[in-house]
Amino acid sequence: MGRNPLAIPVKISQSELAALFGEFIDPQYVIADRETQKPYECDGLSMYCEMPLLVVLPETLLQLQRVLRICHSYSIPVVARGAGTGLCAGAMPNAEGVVLSLAKFDRILEIDPLARTAKVQPGVTNLAISEAAAKFSLYYGPDPSSQIACTIGGNVAENSGGVHCLKYGLTVHNILRVTMLTVEGELLTLGSQGLDSPGLDLMALFTGSEGLLGIVTEVLVKLLPVPEKAQLIVAGFDSVSAAANAVGEVILQGIIPAGFEMMDTHAIVAAEAFVKVGYPVDAKALLLCELDGTADEVEQSVQKVASVFKRLGATSIRISENEQERAQLWRGRKSAFPAVGRISPDYYCMDGTIPRGQLANVLTKMQQRADQLQLRVANVFHAGDGNLHPLILFDDSVPGEFAKAEQLGAWILEYCVAVGGSITGEHGVGVEKIRQMPIQFSDLEIQQFHRVKSAFDPLGTLNPGKGIPLLKNCQEYRALRQIQPPKQQTVAGEKP
Amino acid sequence: MSDISGELIDRVKFAQQHAQPLKIIGANTKAFLGRDVSGQPVNVAAHSGILEYQPVELVLTARAGTSLLEIQQTLAEQQQMLSFEPPLFSASSSGSSGGATLGGTLAANLSGPCRPWSGSIRDMVLGVQLINGRGELLNFGGKVMKNVAGYDLARTQAGALGGLGLMTEISLKVLPMPQLRLSLSLAIDEAAGIVLMNQLSATAKPIDAACWLDQRLHVRLSGSSASVEQSARAWQLDYGFAVDTAGQQFWRDLTEYQLPQMDSRQPLWRFSINPTSAPLEVRGDCVIDWAGAQRWVSGEQEIEQLQQQAEKAGGSVALWRGGDRSAEVNQPLPQAMQQLQQRLKHSLDPDNILNPGRLYSWL
Repeated sequence: MGRNPLAIPVKISQSELAALFGEFIDPQYVIADRETQKPYECDGLSMYCEMPLLVVLPETLLQLQRVLRICHSYSIPVVARGAGTGLCAGAMPNAEGVVLSLAKFDRILEIDPLARTAKVQPGVTNLAISEAAAKFSLYYGPDPSSQIACTIGGNVAENSGGVHCLKYGLTVHNILRVTMLTVEGELLTLGSQGLDSPGLDLMALFTGSEGLLGIVTEVLVKLLPVPEKAQLIVAGFDSVSAAANAVGEVILQGIIPAGFEMMDTHAIVAAEAFVKVGYPVDAKALLLCELDGTADEVEQSVQKVASVFKRLGATSIRISENEQERAQLWRGRKSAFPAVGRISPDYYCMDGTIPRGQLANVLTKMQQRADQLQLRVANVFHAGDGNLHPLILFDDSVPGEFAKAEQLGAWILEYCVAVGGSITGEHGVGVEKIRQMPIQFSDLEIQQFHRVKSAFDPLGTLNPGKGIPLLKNCQEYRALRQIQPPKQQTVAGEKP
Repeated sequence: MSDISGELIDRVKFAQQHAQPLKIIGANTKAFLGRDVSGQPVNVAAHSGILEYQPVELVLTARAGTSLLEIQQTLAEQQQMLSFEPPLFSASSSGSSGGATLGGTLAANLSGPCRPWSGSIRDMVLGVQLINGRGELLNFGGKVMKNVAGYDLARTQAGALGGLGLMTEISLKVLPMPQLRLSLSLAIDEAAGIVLMNQLSATAKPIDAACWLDQRLHVRLSGSSASVEQSARAWQLDYGFAVDTAGQQFWRDLTEYQLPQMDSRQPLWRFSINPTSAPLEVRGDCVIDWAGAQRWVSGEQEIEQLQQQAEKAGGSVALWRGGDRSAEVNQPLPQAMQQLQQRLKHSLDPDNILNPGRLYSWL
């Protein structure tokens, strides 16, 4: 520390700062005009917008380091940005700050097929890693729905998951080493080429820290062998609770599917209308269960799962016969978000996690609450790990509709916490869920988060206003809650 | 089976007020790990009991002092298990029943031979309740499979040897037991053995352990019986592996650090490195576990020479057991990293009372 010699930061104007960056960065990559800045005003959650002071796209590590040092010396907020596909306004600019785009760091530096690793720059897309590894029959495990566009740097910042994380884990389970720059521009290596490292596990802490602790400059990811075989079972059920029971029963049979997804009737109908893959449109719930492994194993498991589904009242069962059919059946699920976009002018995607046993209860209560607010909700989610993605349908052109959607969204997150879950499974807190943080955490816990933040970023200039609410706002946020906690419950850590 | 968290909070608060370092002890099975520290012993073993376990959720929550043996037995009744194959130290425990505790295992981040494939305890942690150095009882993470709210201070406890908090409760992901486990072995030299174990790991076969020692490569297949049997047949034909009927005992001894090559009267060194690294130049023979990523050698060694090799191999070396435990036992860290780790520790333990100096003299 102690690199910032200025107790009171000297103010610098936008043009002065742009000129300073222009000394070592191609001026066309130092963006000051509003029109060119426009695409950077939000991430994938476009309801939250802000225009930054500057957008800068460095091309080398040295440039990146100098940008950080300059920002640090003037106490200018820095918001790191990958592809801007995030869904929590975690990459929303700060009005007084710099958007630091890592888009130019888009090279795969090395693939080591024997060690099963890929060394990549932060701006490499998630899918590009698997594509490059495919010639060695290897791939990168986590597969967020945005994998065509989202970058590995952003994946590390959000600890992204995807369809396959019940079996193959989240980002934190699939990376070995992260090189990062501190807010002061100091280069640090977290993790190693081995499976653990001496000292405190800063990589565990850094993963999912939403750009609040440092900037990712390089990632060494693990690669997995492509399974010999994968097969998808698609089964319709006449109630959500029947489908939810079937999910639990498969797990109790000792089977861990590679992917285990559920769609409700709104999502089924929308997806089918959009891509016409042959989903049963009369079903109330649809399960997609993918099994992978060696050929014999998959054959055995497919039979087992199919018989569980049959026994628990599946109204239709379809098993993919070849790769083409498997891809086609997945296409409905993967295009569910845009498909829902066609049946509603706007939709708002939520991301709570609940214990699997609460699935039917939460969906029923959610429906009731939506009815009260006269909103529709389509549900597409990772049933295997209890990660819900309710899509709240609304029309932004109708005054007050978004506020209602936000209200329902907040209620859903509160209810997730009330049943023992979390306000976010994989999208992150960002700006969007900051008001629900005090529902999940006590003041002491939030204070501890701020202390951790200060250990990395004492001036608080990395992605300010995201992730962790200010303590002084927590009471106000709690006062706004729609679900009151049970009386006997004391907040953790608050002993009388 | 009791809740002594109130008492533990009082102990930490008292220690903070009196600037008195604490030495956190579970079943005391891993006193040999890390550096020697002085401090008032605070016993967590009595804070025990499984609090929540629903097989359908694949999640178990237990107090930190719960013995692994108890947890494993409970899971086994439902054909589930701790997927990271932890050492139990059940024979070496001093008086307490059942050896290693859950809290100690997470604090030490110890996982068995299956670690490269099935993950570590660090990978399976979902949530931790802990008492920080201010005596505050805090919850991080949760009891669900996915949770990215707040910094992951639960997972960060793994390997911190108690320096970031006195853990009171832990929630973990658990997994179904495999239908079948089968051990194979093959005579092969060290360099070729390292290459082969990595090649086998890159196949889609259900391998979940690979260890080379004494000119032999031992591998284990685990999973559905169809898949294990088919893969074993293929490897017998392709590489000349033979079924190893003593396999089960071998993996257990390896997990419990009880192989003859891990002589407890000698200093034992542990490398954590790139799995494909060429054979290390050390005095004596290596035991190469984790398909090459974890290597053990015992006896007197030149520490600096080992550290140079570890660094070249993309990892680190530690004096894992024995030797001089008042000196540093872990690979030195760069200055900037040291400072950051100190600041993180300070954020949770401002008065440096929780196992100070256990990982490094400066931490």
